[in-house]
Amino acid sequence: MVSHLVEKYFRTETLPHIWCPGCGNGTVTRAIVKAIDNLGLDQDQVCIVSGIGCSSRAAGYLDFNTVHTTHGRALAFATGIKLANPKLTVIVITGDGDCAAIGGNHLIHAARRNIDITTIVFNNNIYGMTGGQYSPTTPTGDKGTTAPYGNIDANFDLCNLAVSAGATYVARSSLSNPNMIIKQVEEGIKNKGFSFIETLTTCPTYYGRKNKKGDGVEMIRYLGEKTINKIAYDKLPEEKRKDKIIIGEIFRGDRPEFTEEYQKVIESIKGEI
Amino acid sequence: MPKSNVKLMQGNEACVEGAIVAGMEFFAGYPITPSTEIAELSAAKLPKIGGKFIQMEDEIASISATIGASLTGKKSMTATSGPGFSLKQEGIGYAIMAEIPCVIVNVQRGGPSTGLPTAPAQGDIMQARWGTHGEHSIIALYPSTVKEIFYTTIKAFNLSEKYRTPVILLMDEVIGHMREKIEIPNKDEIEIYNRKEPTQAPSDYKPYEIKNGDIVPEMASFGKGYRYHVTGLVHDETGFPTSDHEVAEKLITRLVNKIEANKDDIVEYEEYRLEDADEAIIAYGATARSAKSAIDTLREEGRKIGLFRPITIWPVAEKQIEELAKRVRSITVVEMNLGQYFEVIDRIAGKHTKVVKYGRVNGELINPKEIIAFINNRRG
Repeated sequence: MVSHLVEKYFRTETLPHIWCPGCGNGTVTRAIVKAIDNLGLDQDQVCIVSGIGCSSRAAGYLDFNTVHTTHGRALAFATGIKLANPKLTVIVITGDGDCAAIGGNHLIHAARRNIDITTIVFNNNIYGMTGGQYSPTTPTGDKGTTAPYGNIDANFDLCNLAVSAGATYVARSSLSNPNMIIKQVEEGIKNKGFSFIETLTTCPTYYGRKNKKGDGVEMIRYLGEKTINKIAYDKLPEEKRKDKIIIGEIFRGDRPEFTEEYQKVIESIKGEI
Repeated sequence: MPKSNVKLMQGNEACVEGAIVAGMEFFAGYPITPSTEIAELSAAKLPKIGGKFIQMEDEIASISATIGASLTGKKSMTATSGPGFSLKQEGIGYAIMAEIPCVIVNVQRGGPSTGLPTAPAQGDIMQARWGTHGEHSIIALYPSTVKEIFYTTIKAFNLSEKYRTPVILLMDEVIGHMREKIEIPNKDEIEIYNRKEPTQAPSDYKPYEIKNGDIVPEMASFGKGYRYHVTGLVHDETGFPTSDHEVAEKLITRLVNKIEANKDDIVEYEEYRLEDADEAIIAYGATARSAKSAIDTLREEGRKIGLFRPITIWPVAEKQIEELAKRVRSITVVEMNLGQYFEVIDRIAGKHTKVVKYGRVNGELINPKEIIAFINNRRG
């Protein structure tokens, strides 16, 4: 039986999707529509904007106002959409390369403006669509087709970046805990401001194969072992914290939201010629 | 006494005035000389009419936000100059492919690269035509006076809405920054074109389907109940991506033809003292003003010379230029580059008449005296 989430929120005529066996993108995409369903949002008033890459193909499968933009620019398009029509709930689906490399500048400034957009990064630690090149989140030492001897770059902590740049809701989740992804997307949408959710997902085809991480199931198991909830992490002694990845809510802030501030400007000069 | 509509206005200012009359409700930009006044004035004026201005983090973000805003039904514009125009090519290609109306102003300056930031140049003729990758057509307009900037900006919006395509407004630094008298017409004297929105039930809406008698698909605004998909990938009538070769051929051909087959509607030009002319100058923008002055002097000296001035620079006024070529013994193309438009004119007119070029790239406006000298020396 087809789940009601698929029937209601997916454009079933566009399925099957292009993702590989063991890819986590389907799980994250389901979590997003589950969160939208839980919040009872009107589909006509939801806009999903994506960039380029495997994760960004999700927009086309979903039955909302959807825009599959150019590489890295989802947040810039989304900023125009949100400012032009603040009534829309704007959600950005992006990947680690799309968001943190080519789109890094847009991420910083969308966070700085605290514009009411919820961004979900499908972080699979690799450029999947182009065949396995290392990304800004490929861990140092790991391999990609363009890092055949191991990646010498330091990898990005995207949540730290989002916090520093001014996002008012920042959280990380993992494919090993799908319910947490749903909860975080809900919280992100509810936050009146820029919300940033990094979800650790799996790419067995490229990242997994290049780094001998096994199949999708093994990779999810690995994510489960590697990640730790922030509350539990804070209680751990220093020596046990090493190599752990924190998941859960990382930051909450309270700052004026961009489109509301702009509306105040409009109100303040109303009638002036 | 009725309030006078006569104003002294800078070209960049006339652009913003025209845009607002055309219905602009959104502007995204990034500071760059010599177009910055367009952003500054948009920032001041738009919130007063309930519109939105945003200064984005870079040029690519500006065009991206402009396209995004247009998807919500708001007429949108961005403005830049050479270095920024290079960066905007990515977004221009997207707007062509996804058929999103928007206006891109390029107040040209000397290049390549940062070049001559405060000096005039007409070096972006070919970049306006072919700057973005892939097979495509483009509409680019080129005003020559402050007054014409006002009207051409309105026309740029109208054409972008009518043909669902980005329209480029090429301006010269000297006119962008020059002040001239302009009489602002009443709004009801100006024809404004708005994109055609769907009226059928959302379930019957195919976002890229062309109905009988229409040039382009009807465009629904986000939030109005027509949920659809927009992509820069090759797509079919439903808007969803496909790699089907037949669909790709049909789509790209349609995107090119909607402009090329409607030249009679799009192409605008001015003929100056050409009626009895046996030789002609072709020039556009600021250079055409010098050419007019040169023609007046040459006429006094007994030369039968006139000017053909394209206002629509792309698509080319091919029919009119070929017709002109058949009745004059020479055409001199004068432009602030080393022959970008000359190449185009020569292809069209070269088989009928002698086509020569006069250009310069030193950041100085071409003046009437040097045009006169060039024409006189050429005869000798």
